[in-house]
Formats: sequence, C-alpha cells, structure tokens
Amino acid sequence: MLSTQDWIHAPLGVVEEKFAAQKGSSPGWEAEVVEFFKEQLKEKSAQSLVPSLNDVPLHYLKPNSLVKFRCFIQDMFDPEFYMGVYETVDGPTDAKQMLHCGKYRDVAECGVDFNSKNTVTAERQTFYCVPIPGENLWVKDYAGSSQARVVASTSYVPSRQKRSYEEDEDMDTQPQKQAHALQGPTDLQSNADCKRQETEAPPTQAASASHLDLNFPLPGERGPACLVKVYEDWESFKLNDALEVFGILSVSPALSALAEEDASSSFLDPTEGMETAEEQRVHSPPASLVPRLHVLHAKPLQHNNPLLPHATSDDNMASVRAELLAYFTHVLLGDGLAAEFLLLHLLSSYSRRDALPLGKFTLNLSGLPAASYSERLYQILQQLVPCSWYLAMSLQNMNQTRLRPRKDYTANRLVSGSLQLAQNTSLFLDETRLEPGQLDATVCNVTALGNVITWQKVDYDFNYHQMEFPCNINVLIASEGRSLLPSDCRVHLEAQVTPAHLEEYLSSIQAFPQTSSQLNRFRIYLSVARLLDYSISDQMTKQYVEEDFVEMRKDDPQGVSADDLHRMLVVARLLCLSLGQNHLSRDGWLRAKHMEMLRRSRMEQHQTVNGNEP
Amino acid sequence: GQDSSAGDLMPMPTSPATDLLSPAAPQDTSLFSSPRPSGPNEVDISSPLVYGTPSSRVEGTPRSGVRGTPARQRPDLGSVRKAPQVDLHSDQPSADNAVASEPSAGQNLVIWGTDVNVGTCKEKFQRFLQRFIDPTSTEDENAGLDLNEPLYMQKLEEISVVGDPVLNVNCRHVQSFDAELYRQLICYPQEVIPTFDMAVNELFFERFPDSVLEYQIQVRPYNALKTKNMRNLNPEDIDQLITLGGMVIRTSQLIPEMQEAFFQCQVCAFSARVEVDRGRIAEPAVCRNCNNTHSMTLVHNRSVFSDKQMIKIQESPEDMPAGQTPHTTILYAHNDLVDKVQPGDRVNITGIYRAVPMRVHPRQSNVRSVYKTHIDAIHFRKTDEKRLHGLDQDGEQKLFTEDRVQTLKELAAKPDVYERLASALAPSIYEHEDIKKGILLQLFGGTRKDFSQTGRGNFRAEVNILLCGDPGTSKSQLLQYVYNLVPRGQYTSGKGSSAVGLTAYVMKDPETRQLVLQTGALVLSDNGICCIDEFDKMSDNTRSVLHEVMEQQTLSIAKAGIICQLNARTAVLAAANPVESQWNPKKTTIENIQLPHTLLSRFDLIFLMLDPQDEAYDRRLAHHLVSLYYQSEEQMEEEFLDMAVLKDYIAYARTYISPRLSEEASQALIEAYVDMRKIGSGRGMVSAYPRQLESLIRLAEAHAKVRFSEKVETIDVEEAKRLHREALKQSATDPRTGFVDISILTTGMSATARKRKEEVAQALKKLIQAKGKTPAMKYQQLLEDLRGQSETAITKELFDEALRALADEDYLTVTGKTVRLLA
Repeated sequence: MLSTQDWIHAPLGVVEEKFAAQKGSSPGWEAEVVEFFKEQLKEKSAQSLVPSLNDVPLHYLKPNSLVKFRCFIQDMFDPEFYMGVYETVDGPTDAKQMLHCGKYRDVAECGVDFNSKNTVTAERQTFYCVPIPGENLWVKDYAGSSQARVVASTSYVPSRQKRSYEEDEDMDTQPQKQAHALQGPTDLQSNADCKRQETEAPPTQAASASHLDLNFPLPGERGPACLVKVYEDWESFKLNDALEVFGILSVSPALSALAEEDASSSFLDPTEGMETAEEQRVHSPPASLVPRLHVLHAKPLQHNNPLLPHATSDDNMASVRAELLAYFTHVLLGDGLAAEFLLLHLLSSYSRRDALPLGKFTLNLSGLPAASYSERLYQILQQLVPCSWYLAMSLQNMNQTRLRPRKDYTANRLVSGSLQLAQNTSLFLDETRLEPGQLDATVCNVTALGNVITWQKVDYDFNYHQMEFPCNINVLIASEGRSLLPSDCRVHLEAQVTPAHLEEYLSSIQAFPQTSSQLNRFRIYLSVARLLDYSISDQMTKQYVEEDFVEMRKDDPQGVSADDLHRMLVVARLLCLSLGQNHLSRDGWLRAKHMEMLRRSRMEQHQTVNGNEP
Repeated sequence: GQDSSAGDLMPMPTSPATDLLSPAAPQDTSLFSSPRPSGPNEVDISSPLVYGTPSSRVEGTPRSGVRGTPARQRPDLGSVRKAPQVDLHSDQPSADNAVASEPSAGQNLVIWGTDVNVGTCKEKFQRFLQRFIDPTSTEDENAGLDLNEPLYMQKLEEISVVGDPVLNVNCRHVQSFDAELYRQLICYPQEVIPTFDMAVNELFFERFPDSVLEYQIQVRPYNALKTKNMRNLNPEDIDQLITLGGMVIRTSQLIPEMQEAFFQCQVCAFSARVEVDRGRIAEPAVCRNCNNTHSMTLVHNRSVFSDKQMIKIQESPEDMPAGQTPHTTILYAHNDLVDKVQPGDRVNITGIYRAVPMRVHPRQSNVRSVYKTHIDAIHFRKTDEKRLHGLDQDGEQKLFTEDRVQTLKELAAKPDVYERLASALAPSIYEHEDIKKGILLQLFGGTRKDFSQTGRGNFRAEVNILLCGDPGTSKSQLLQYVYNLVPRGQYTSGKGSSAVGLTAYVMKDPETRQLVLQTGALVLSDNGICCIDEFDKMSDNTRSVLHEVMEQQTLSIAKAGIICQLNARTAVLAAANPVESQWNPKKTTIENIQLPHTLLSRFDLIFLMLDPQDEAYDRRLAHHLVSLYYQSEEQMEEEFLDMAVLKDYIAYARTYISPRLSEEASQALIEAYVDMRKIGSGRGMVSAYPRQLESLIRLAEAHAKVRFSEKVETIDVEEAKRLHREALKQSATDPRTGFVDISILTTGMSATARKRKEEVAQALKKLIQAKGKTPAMKYQQLLEDLRGQSETAITKELFDEALRALADEDYLTVTGKTVRLLA
C-alpha cells in the first residue's frame, strides 16, 4: 500500500504503476487512476494535506507533486491531442522498446518512435484558470492559515534526500550566494528558496509576471494563473465556473524553453507562422509564471467560503440575524429598514425560468451622505462576503474600463472584463462617484451593467457576433438620488444621525469592534442562508398571497403590478431564508408585506419632498 | 536537368526515427495513415502515383492519354508519392488493416497501410463519373445542367469549355453510388483523391482529346458526412476527410512554400532540382557534373514555390453548447484556394485533418507530447454567400434524427397541437393566449413566394407583430423569450439603437485599412426575428429605415461609396409603451403610441397588452407567479413542452413545410376579405385593404405549418381570421364609436374622427361668416363662441384642427392669438 506521502509527492509514480500493471493495453487503468485519487481525496483531512497553489508560492512547490487550486475558468482553449501511449526506442539500436504513458505530462521521454503502431493519440482540454476574481482577503487568509502548518511540513520534500541534508549544513555555514552557485539547476534552486521560506518574503511574483498579461478579470488582482489540463468530461465545465482542482503540477523548464524557441524562430519557418508571437505567449507562457496543472480530480465549488463545511455551529440563525441586523443598522446610520433590505440583498441568489431570472434582488441604496461613506460601506461588506468588487461609476471608469470580456483573435484568447465574475459575487456600484459629462456610447458599459441587473447575463464581444453568458452577480447600487440603472428594489436611506455628527460617526463605524468570531458567525450565516432550500405551500399561496394581491389591486389598481408581486415574493422568500426557515410562513409573508409598505411609503414621502424626483 | 525525376522517386536516405524530430518534422503529415517500415526491408515497388510530382511538369506526364498537360502538385494532399503498394498475399505485415477488395489475382495490390487498390478505385470512380445521375439535385452548381444525364460528365464538358480544371465532387453522391468507394475516400483521402485525379484525367482526355488545360484536372470532394461540428473532432478523425462548418476569423498573409529547390553548381553552373520532401530539402553535397563537393547553391528565383495561407476558423455560434467558448481550428489553403475566404465569412470546408508532433529543438532531447492539428483544405463553400442569393436549403439545415422527426410528427398529429405549442411559449408569462398564438404563427412564418418573374419581387412571408400596452405587462419578457428561442434572433432596444445600428454601417477595418460594411441588427436577423423593445422611443430617423424592411424586406444602403441592397427578410416583433405611460382607453392606438400610421399598417397583428384590472384575473395571475417560485424545473417541464422540442418543431416546420393554398381556402380568404370590406362600406368607411388580405394569407399559411400540413385548409383560414379580428378588435376599435375601424391603422385617424373634424370646421366657418365683416378675431373669443354654439364638447385640440383645416382652405390665417380672415 502506498503511503500518503507517495501519492501526494509522486502522483506520477502511481499513474505509472497502474499503467504498468495493465501494460496500458486495456483502457481500464485510466479509470483506476482517477478512482484512486478520488478515493484518497474523499477525506477532508487528506484534502488539506495537499498544498494549495493559492497559498503557497509556486517556487516552494515540488514539481510533479499533487497540488490543489481554487480557481475560476477564465478562458477555454482548443482541445489538444497528445501521445496517450507511446513507445521509445533506445538509442541507435532499436532493440529495446519501451511503452510509456503520456497522460498527465507535458513532456515525453526522449527517443519517441513516431512510427510505432502502439502509439495512442488521446485528447485533452486546456482551461486557463485564475484565482476566483474578487475573492476577499479574509477568504484567502483563512484558507491559507488552515493550510499553513500542513504546508510547511509537506510542501517540500527534497527529491534527493541525501543531497539535501548536505545542503542543510551548507546553508548554516555558508553565505547564500555560494549555496546558489553550488546548486545551479533551477529545480534545485527551489530547495534553497524553501529554506528561506520562514525568513524571507516570497519574491514578488506579480512583479516578474508584469510583462505577461495574466488576464485577470479585475484590475489589481494578483495570484497564480494556471493552465489546467482536463482529461475527463470537460464538457461539464463551463466558462466562469469556480472549481477546486487537484492535479499534478508541471513546471518543467523545458516547456518555457520550447515556448521561447518557438517564438523566436517562428519567422524562420513559415509553417510555424500559424501562431503569432502573441498567441504563443498566451497559449504557452513560461511554466515558471503560468504552471500547468494536470487534473486528477476536479469539483465545482458552490461557494468559496472556507468557514462553511467545518463550523456547524449550534447558533440559532435568528439570533445571528438579529446581531447582524443590529450591526447593519449601526452601519447604515441607524436606519433599520435599510439594514433589513441590505441583509436580504446579501442572501439573494436566483434561478432561471426560461429567459427570466427569478429571485434576483438588486438593491439600490439611495440618499447616501458624503462620498466617502459608500467606500466605507463597501469595506464593511467586504469583510462579510467571500467575493466582491467595488466599481466606482466615475466617468473615467465608465468610459475606459472594459466591463465586457472581448475575444482577441490575434492572441486567440478571451480578454477578460470586469463583469467576468464567479457566481454570487457581490458587485458594489458606487454611483455617488458619477460626475457630469458625456458617456461614450460605443463603450456600452452602462448597457452591460443594465443587462446584468435585468437579465443576469453578459454579452461577450466576439467581434463578429455577441455571445451571451449567464451570470449570477448580486448588484448593490449606492447612489445619492435614484440610480440611472434599473434595480429591483430601492431604499432611500434615512439617517438617524445629524449631519453635524456624521464625520465623527463615520469614523466610529470603522472602529466598531468586531471580534473575528462574530465576523465569522456573520460570514457563515450569510453563506448558509443562501444555500437553503425553499418552498411555498399551496395553502399559503391561496390563503395569503392571492388574497392579498387581489386586495391590493382593488385598493390601488394603478400602483400595484405583477412586478410588485414578484418583489414581494422575493422579499418574503429572502426573509424566511434569513430566519432559517425553508418555506414561506404566514409570519414571513406578513412581515414582507409590512416591509414593502414601509419602503413604499418612505419612497412616496421622499418623492413629495424632492419635487424633482421622478 | 531531367535526371532527377527517377532518382527522386526513390525513398530518401532512410533516417532514424529521431530525425523526424528535426525542425522539418511537422511537414510529415503521413505519420498516422501510412506508417512506413524504416528498416531495409522496404517494399520497393514504385507507385503509379508519380504523375503528380513537379519534376514531371516539364516533360509530359506518365499517362499517355493525358498528353502534354502538366500536372500540378497538390500540397493539400500532403506527400502523395511516398506510398508504395504492397501485395496483400505477400509476407507484409500490413495485412491487419487491409481488406482485399477483390480477391482475383493481380487485383490484390493495395497502397501500403490502406485497403485501396489503385486500379479498382480508378475504375469505380470512372464508373461513378460516367453513370451518376441525380434527378432531384437542387444545388446551385448544377443549375443549367440536364439532371437526367450523367451529372459529372456534363461538368467535365463544362471544364473543357471553361478551362478551369477543377472538378468538385459531392461526397454524398459518391456515397449513394458506391458506399465502399465513399468509405475509402473518407478514410484514405490522401491516397484516394490522387487516384480520382488520375481517373478523371484519363476520362477527360479520352473524351476531349483536343482541349487545352492549364494543368490537369483536380478532384475536390466536398460535403463529406464525417463531421459537422468542430467540437466532435477527435483523434480518430486524423488523416480522414472531414467537412465542418465555421466562421473564418483570421487569414494570414500568403506564405510561399517551396516545392522544388533549384541548385546550381558554382563551379560549373550545372543545375539540379531537388524536391521538397516532408518539408526538407536534401541539398546535393556533390555536383554530379564536376564532382566538386559543397559547390551547389540554392537559387531562389528559379525554385518553385506554391501558395499557402493559414486560415483560422471558429465554431459557428449556433453549434456551441451554452457556457462554453468557441473552438478554433487552423486550416491551410493551398494554391488557388488562397484568399478565397475573408474573415467573417461563414464557410463549410472540406479537408484532411492532420496532426503533427510538436517541433522540438534540436538541442533538446525531450519532446512535447502534444500534437499540433490543422486541416489541409480541399474545398471551401461559403454558406453566407448563398444567403444573399436565396434561401439556403442545406447550408444551415439542422439535421434531425429519425427519432426526433418521429416525435415531432407525433406531436403534429395531435389535434390540439396549436394550443399546446402556444401554451409552451413563454410559460412564465401569464395568459395572453392570443398574443402567444400570434407570436407562434410569427415564429413559423408564411410560405415564401417568388413573383419576381412577374415583376413584383418577393412577397413578404414574415409576420410582423406589434405589442403595445401598459408598462410592466411583461412585454419585454416575451420579447426576450422569443429572442432566446429562435436561432437567428436579435434583440435591440429602440432607446439604445440608432438607424445605423439597425441597418449597417461602414467602418475601417483595423487590419486591412479598407472600408467594410458592418451589418446591424436587421440584417443579422435575416431569416430570423428581430425583437425591438421600446419601439416608441426610437428616433423618427431610425424608424424610417423600418419602412423598407417591413414590406420589401430589403435594406438599401448608400454610405461612403458603398451602395448596395441587403436582404433583411426578418420578422419584426416590436413592443411599444403608450405615450402617457398608461394606456388611455379613450384614445385610439395611434394616439396612444404616437407612431406613424404608415409604419403601423405594416404590422400584421397589433396586440394590446392591457392590465384587465379584474379580480379573478388578479387571483389567477398571483397563483401563476407564485407557482414560478416553488415549482421545480421537472414539474414545469411536465406541464409544458420542453423549449428544445419547441425549437426543433419550429425549425423542422420552417425548413420542410411550405404549405400552398387549397381551393377551398382561397375561397374562404376571398370571402373573409369581402366581408371585411363590407363591414366598413355600410358606414362609408374602408375597413380592409389588400395588405390585410396578405396578412390573412400569411397567417393561414403559418397555421398550416403548425399542423405540418402542406395544404392551407379552411380551418387555417378560420384561425387566421379569428386572430386577425381579435387583434383588430384590440387595436383598431374606435374609442368614440366602439366599431372596429381599420382606417385608424391605415390613415392614423378613424373615419368618425375625420367626419367630426370636418363638421367642426364647417361650424366654425359658419360662425365666422355669421360674425360679418370682422377681419380679425381673438382666438380665445372664437373658441368660446364656438363652444357656446355647439352641443357637443369642443376641445382645444379639435378647435385647433378645425382652424388648421380652414387655414388649408386659405380661408383664414392664425397668427399668435389672432385669427385673420383672408380675402
């Protein structure tokens, strides 16, 4: 039986073994390999043994070891054919022939016999993956910290045990430069680096990668990008899926050398000219910057909240809700109603019925005070949701940033845009930043945002045509007046704090003590409530919803439309979910109605106050 | 320097396998289909396939019948000549994949690695050419040919006249004629196509011995059934003949590829020609004339190059599963196929799928275990080019499986199929049954009729629908649903789109710096549906382009030196909001939405989506909406037809069913039209125009399509009538009289309103005349006087209109607040 260490540190050994056992003749070995790793990774504890590419800098990871990567499919490349099984000829005497397995590898052994009849060509798919866009720091930190200790002990096991011990001594006595000189080859250099792990900050990967556009959806993101090679049912993966992949890390320097060589000599050989230099750069970047990952096991992530599966706290959801509500009320300048709606907004998610996204809940918080407030609000939300992004709707941003992804045919890749986000990402649109000026109509950024809000879809620009990709983004619009974008629900903030004390109050929000345990409770609560199932009983429908709707229509036939009913149903649903109930209760419905009523009356009141409001 | 011809046919000095890893290796395209033994035991039978080598171009061809016409090398087929034949019954190990086609002695020579016997294959193909008849052919290419004569012989005749030595062969024809030959063609194109070439040339020069061609005829097969979709390509397709559809996204510059190198000795000026073999040139080390070593230099100017172009094609958007990005494939076009296609073209290409190992640096010993794939193009067929000329029958024809067709037919046989389909349409939108039925008929469309011979051009077959009504009545949702349902749909909002965005605009291509026409939504939705939301918010300018599109179904453009007419056979589904945000039931449709009547009359059906404001309705609506939230997907699917089935149903009906009017149906239509005219004539109004008759015909045809019926029958007419009446009742009812009045839609004003206007004008005239000789009157005074006199209420608008009418008669003028009499 293999020890744990082996399947993590030398997964290719396992593959080879299975391959050799069956001589590669029957196709069964492939399934067996997949099954083996799946079995090994079943245990949560085993999963945490595997070092994560998200947390551990690449150069600390051992090549050809098993790693995991929490990622987001940013682009899908064309499928590639590789030598699944091939034969090598040994030297000039073609006497000794060996069968090899080419799966889970980038580079073949030397002396491939191309004319062998035993060659099997197989197909695999490459995805370009980046870390989940907008992933908040606390997620990264938590995921990292839960790993850290394990990583320190297992991330690196020297490939040549004995030599390494010698080096250990070297390290103690000699200056580092000399150690480097001794080691030479690149893969050994990582040994030395690893030694310095504790003392030195990791070399800035981003800096070295700066000349290479890693194509992150959001500006200012950093982290490893990875070419993920998928061997089994790649049709089930979709663009913008969040995944956790377990695979074999391949950083063979040969890959980079090949890439460079190809790029430089492409003009010499016209047949190679089919790939432009740009395309080369994108599709085979140096492995040191964009490692390859050969997938053994991949699972789609429903959420990326690292707290979730562990902490099955006994906390009553209602009590956490009350706590969170109090917190939000405090943050929203004492406005309890707005706090309620904000809480519901954070829980929302939708399902699609024909073209219609049902249950989305875009919130427009209007009447925000001074500009810096919206930013502070965002910082607070950032602490609570796993993924979020702040878009200041300044004229410059709206006219110049690229929101919609666009296909670049020269480099043959999908150039990402800020709206390429994973599901349930919170998008915070700060409209208070809007200043007078001319919007550039050709950029279509406002249209794109409108489409996201109304239809939950983004039209990707494929130059010759548009392609629609559904998304699931929670949009929160912060504005002074009514937003220029559509929204499902608008709440006008009524600050209980006098403007005179605003500055003071705002600074105190920041200081509002939040213990990490409380924050964690909130985080868990928000993710759990969102994932709850929900149903409406027939009786509820008949007794309350229908009656009430008919009643409301009677009172105000002009003012109440189907849209209002939609909204009330959504509010009621979210309200029940927020209380941990998975069905519509009478109480929930009444409360939702009440909340809606309060909101509406506030709007009307506000409208009469500000005559210019439409 | 003819001495090379024989020598070159010998295999190149056998190199160890590692040599393949040299930079030239990718050129070797025959790795998969015909692995050659690399040892000394090579079969040394020279192939008859030598005719195609460039060295033979100078001095005739090996085939006697082919005379002096030179052969042209086919780089699209790769290195042909290196395929020796083997005797099946010899001791060769190739027997594993060889199936003896004919067991007779002497017939069992096959090309190494295949089961192709050159002689048999040639014979079969000649037989095919001489005998194949396809009486039902509808292809463009066969226009003007006698379908009852052997098709390809006529094409050969054409070649002899035109002198373009290319013979396109439809693989489907080959398949129906000889399935075995077809299989060989698909599996071993590299070997079979040259054999075809040989066969056709023999045949051609036998028949037309005197014709002069630039080079020998090349056979270009197309329409192989192998693969239709790029996504389905897999390693098994390597080296096979495939056809796939896609869109060209990039074309490279022309790449000159050396076919034959010309060497000259620097000492004695002796020249030698060396053919390029698998991308490598074997430079002669020794001059054969003067025996100097390393004296030969390459003379570029005298070497022979062929044209080559790299083309990238991308999956067409229709073929793609949701949520995935399109795949791309690289193509190489050779010789005259270069520059045949431009980026943006939709093409069907036929070619040989290749995979070559990644090139490896000579200094490195390891290989990337990845192959590069490309397709050597043999034949291009543009699919959008045909769309400009007429309807494409096979280009986009969706292939339905037998099972699917069976399900669809079963569905069609159900008596309530019309209701079923209508309720399957946008199930999330509540009620509005008639509107859904109207949209359903729009999805199916009428039968296309061509009257161009009689000078009227095409009749519009598309049904246009306008939805107007209160905001928040899910008009946009309906539009969005339709847009998602049809394959060639476009969705625009009137607010955001300009005339240019709808039609076409001219822009400078960033790469070629040339002016190119970018088509807008209406052109893109040709043969589909263009959904236009917020129709009323459109600028007049934009709207005006719709006039042409909605009746003539074309789009004329004159911009930046580009003058053209594009087809826009699109059905328009538009939604408009009333001007006063709420529908005013006291006003006519025109007054409510403020659209020009010229445009409104082009809509076949105009529906009002009003809030009925009735309790029972509210209750049902609430129930329906709530059910959306708690019903699971499965429940919904059980209840309604699957969207995919609906899609297929519509696609099938649109492609295969083209109903014609039956005798009874025409009678019924005539009656219906006469009846409609009669209604109005009683009151001195015109209540129907020929346009309404055309609408009725279209609707009836569409309804017949729903039933999968090839004949329009009375029931179709009945439903068309009903729906048309229903729509009219909603949109063309005169709010003053309660009568349906078509002139509201055709002239923008109901007949009663017009009559009333005249009456008021007359009354006003009388009033003024009664006042005697006052040259100027106060406006306000006049209005009050008139009001006091009239027994019906006179609105200010009515008064203004009356004044305007009198002003038109030159009776008076209005300046500011004064009314002056003229004359």
